[in-house]
Amino acid sequence: MNALTTLPTRKDEAWRYSAVEALVGADLDAWRAIDVPAGESYRECLTIEDSESTELRRLRVSVGEGARCELFAVIAAGKLGRVEVEVRLARGAHFELGGVTLGGRDTVREFVTRVIHAEPEATSNQVIRAVHWGKGTGNFLGQIDVVRDAQKTDAAQSFKGLLLEKGASVNAVPQLEIFADDVKCAHGASVGQLDETARFYMAARGLSPELSRRLLVQAFIGDAFVALDDEAERERLMGIALAKLDLHL
Amino acid sequence: MLKIDNLQAEIGGTRILNGLSLEVNAGEVHAIMGPNGAGKSTLAYVLGGRPGYEVTGGSVEFLGRDLLEMEPHERAAAGLFLGFQYPVEIPGVSNVQFLREALNAQRQVRGEEPLSGGDFLKLAKEKAGLLKLDMDMLKRHVNVGFSGGEKKRAEMVQMGILDPQFAVLDETDSGLDIDALRVVGEGINAIMRAPEKGVLLITHYQRLLDYVKPDYVHILSKGRIVKTGGPELAQQLEREGYEAVAA
Ligand SMILES: Nc1ncnc2c1ncn2[C@@H]1O[C@H](COP(=O)(O)OP(=O)(O)OP(=O)(O)O)[C@@H](O)[C@H]1O
Ligand SMILES: [Mg+2]
Repeated sequence: MNALTTLPTRKDEAWRYSAVEALVGADLDAWRAIDVPAGESYRECLTIEDSESTELRRLRVSVGEGARCELFAVIAAGKLGRVEVEVRLARGAHFELGGVTLGGRDTVREFVTRVIHAEPEATSNQVIRAVHWGKGTGNFLGQIDVVRDAQKTDAAQSFKGLLLEKGASVNAVPQLEIFADDVKCAHGASVGQLDETARFYMAARGLSPELSRRLLVQAFIGDAFVALDDEAERERLMGIALAKLDLHL
Repeated sequence: MLKIDNLQAEIGGTRILNGLSLEVNAGEVHAIMGPNGAGKSTLAYVLGGRPGYEVTGGSVEFLGRDLLEMEPHERAAAGLFLGFQYPVEIPGVSNVQFLREALNAQRQVRGEEPLSGGDFLKLAKEKAGLLKLDMDMLKRHVNVGFSGGEKKRAEMVQMGILDPQFAVLDETDSGLDIDALRVVGEGINAIMRAPEKGVLLITHYQRLLDYVKPDYVHILSKGRIVKTGGPELAQQLEREGYEAVAA
């Protein structure tokens, strides 16, 4: 099959803010399957940290009854860096996603998720933090499907964007398809800039503009790793994110 | 050590400081009093180098250097401390992390070795003890959820840790209960009363000056110093008010 004919366009809902022109030559069929058996726990930390072209990580996850899947990810490279996750949750399962995107120039870094609450009593929590500068873009497209009879579903999404320079942008598109009635779905999205009052306060204590920015960004993206119960991994991911920022400064 | 000469400053095109002159020598404590809106906080911010506060005339010399030429963080490293009238909350950043990074950033500029985590905690504990602030407060995020009085006490713990040569304290006494006022007054004396240090104390009330005895008291009105005297001037102000004293 000719790859060119199968390239998505921005008319496709899941690619509407993406850098589709960067997809030429990319392998779009490479989905990786993860199966978490009933009652078990699975955790993966993934990073996209050095690439100039297109980096797709596509995961199809099935979480068995009462099982737990945690993904933590930093997308800090690629003209297009994209983590796409499709998760199917069985009864009482939990899915946790903590994601950070960072980037400048004309890069696009994005999370695209679809969480299917296929049975009752499953829970999901997604926390995405996006830090962008230059003409960089950060996206979060988060679809949540709650099938009929998936009662007592509890699904949460939180997205916050931090724009370090004019010209950068973020997009958040929550999409909820709910066919059960006893369901909790919370989603929040916001975008802001660095708090200049805080930065002056920090400067008055001796922190340079670079250091105050670093500290504030660290505090901002820290939200995405709150649920990561492994200090060494938390520090590793934070280090990768901050190194990207330092490079820009 | 601080010499302000004919300082003029604007915020958003509005003139706030109108030719303010003031000199503080090492070993001295100066109090500045003045009605609301006189420009006291503006003076503090201009000395700290806050963006948006534009100096349109005059000069400020600090320890022989041109203060106005320096970036805000360089002023801090040079020994200037600004105690905020409204201390700022920084969610997600703990006091311990903030102050350790700030202290080490200052030390680096001065060519000193960074303080280790252990040494820093020892120092922080000592200064928190001096101000009777629970060490647990320092583990919390900077000023987040602190009461008004706790914020002011935390400012003084910060001052103790950073050990500046000169402090501009903007209404550090407001929001403090009676006991806290004494603790903070004694803290200021312990940290800043030294022959090589200086203090500019902005306040509305005589009470703090009972603990921190000023060498000079200035009245600031409409952006300039309109009267200077000794400690008795503060007492006279308390009795008679600005209108009568500074008219
Ligand atoms: N951002 C601003 N834009 C315009 N005017 C301002 C701004 N900030 C302060 N001002 C004005 O500058 C003047 C001086 O304010 P400042 O805060 O220095 O007064 P103050 O002497 O500290 O008063 P207080 O005793 O109430 O603390 C006031 O008239 C105030 O309204
Ligand atoms: Mg004021």
